[in-house]
Amino acid sequence: MKQRNILSIVVPIVLLAIWQIVGSRPGMQAMLPSPSLVLSAWYEWIFGQAGMGLDVYKGTWLANVQYSASRVAVGFVMAMVVAIPLGLMIGWSRITAVMLDPMVQMFRPIPITAWLPFSIAAFGITNMGSISLIFLGGFFAIVVNATQGARDVDKNLVRAALMMGASPWTLLLRVILPAALPNIFTGMRLGLGIAWTAVVAAEMVAVKSGLGYVLWDAYYVGRMDIVFADMASIGMMGFLSDRLIIWIERRVLTWRLLQNH
Amino acid sequence: MSHIHIDQVFKTYPGNPPVRALENIGLDIAPGEFVALLGPSGCGKSTLLNAIASFEKITSGTLTVGGQAMEAPGPDRGVVFQEAALFPWLTVWENIIFGPKAQGLKPADYEEHAGEMLAIMGLNDFKHHLPIQLSGGMRQRVGIARVLTLGSKILLMDEPFGALDAQTRLSMQELLLSVWDRLKPTVIFVTHDIDEALFLADKVYVMSARPGRIESMLQVNLPRPRTIEMTATTAFNEMKLEILHKIRGH
Repeated sequence: MKQRNILSIVVPIVLLAIWQIVGSRPGMQAMLPSPSLVLSAWYEWIFGQAGMGLDVYKGTWLANVQYSASRVAVGFVMAMVVAIPLGLMIGWSRITAVMLDPMVQMFRPIPITAWLPFSIAAFGITNMGSISLIFLGGFFAIVVNATQGARDVDKNLVRAALMMGASPWTLLLRVILPAALPNIFTGMRLGLGIAWTAVVAAEMVAVKSGLGYVLWDAYYVGRMDIVFADMASIGMMGFLSDRLIIWIERRVLTWRLLQNH
Repeated sequence: MSHIHIDQVFKTYPGNPPVRALENIGLDIAPGEFVALLGPSGCGKSTLLNAIASFEKITSGTLTVGGQAMEAPGPDRGVVFQEAALFPWLTVWENIIFGPKAQGLKPADYEEHAGEMLAIMGLNDFKHHLPIQLSGGMRQRVGIARVLTLGSKILLMDEPFGALDAQTRLSMQELLLSVWDRLKPTVIFVTHDIDEALFLADKVYVMSARPGRIESMLQVNLPRPRTIEMTATTAFNEMKLEILHKIRGH
């Protein structure tokens, strides 16, 4: 076990060392600043005194993380609220499927970034521009998986519920929904990944705050150290939000965990 | 009362060629009667059960329960499924009270009765277990407790013990008989096991496959309450032989 722990950090350390050596060569700062430079820039970005000196990024990290995270949260919750009931209905009712599924399948292949010009045209340079993009990204991932989950419900569970006198509403809420939850969580994890892509893309063009905005802004002024620190921050936020979903999933789907043992 | 009347029932699945799952089925089942539908796989015995449960529509014929045509599944006809079909996300207790809860009854109206059924089926120690934590036999006990809690006058059982090992199957058969003695529901029990049919039922309907039809009926003249020793008597073996001959077409 201990030996494996050591082995697992060998490659990262070697890569980091190469990066440090390459990044420290003259002229590299404008393309690939060394890890130590990135770390110190990141530190200043987080803990520096805002408004002091020439570094405009100092101390603005938390605010930008909050901008991005709150956009992701709002857009993603909206996506969940719309996509989960809709997906269940498409998967469960043939009429809803006939009416809505072709639409979903038609719009789904459009990459999320292709919606950007339209979202700016519709909402301008506002929060809603980026939120609408996050919404779409999360929506398609969740709706498709919720549909699949509702479609795959064991026929005998439905029969059992009807036999026991369940109304269509009870059936949907107390049988179809819980049976589809594992798929819904899969959709949520996928959707959240797409939501972070969407927020970065939207902030780069459609708003003037957040991690995506800083990313592009820092590139323009040649602050590649901030660019790398920003990339790492986005990765970290994506990882943490994924862990959050897993954490919730473990609590909601205890029965499922037991099943897989 | 819940007299089951089935007359000239046909069920054909469209296709090329169409599958004649049920052909000219006729039988009458009196309230409180224990009936077994016996036959090889593909003889339509499950289809007939599903038709009585209103899970499937018949192509033509008459199928009434208590004089009424059945349109939709309901708590009057409790179904015990082959693989129990419990909700894996609910505990044993929550599975058992699903029916009355779904029907909008107040806990005070069903909890006592449900608790009794839990006890009858020997599930007291497993009340808060999830189905996945139970053996196949225990799961099927929950499946039975759940329809008993519904208060169904008719139990439709689709090879409920088919997947159990011999020992467990036997104890489940005995348990079912003791419950039936106490509550006297009408039972329609689908099986392909001759011993099981003879041990449990008052009447055994022998079905044949392609097209699915009832070949013959055998009245089981073993006294009740039945004990396992009866399955080793000459009378039992003679009936078994008779059914074997019917199945083989002698």
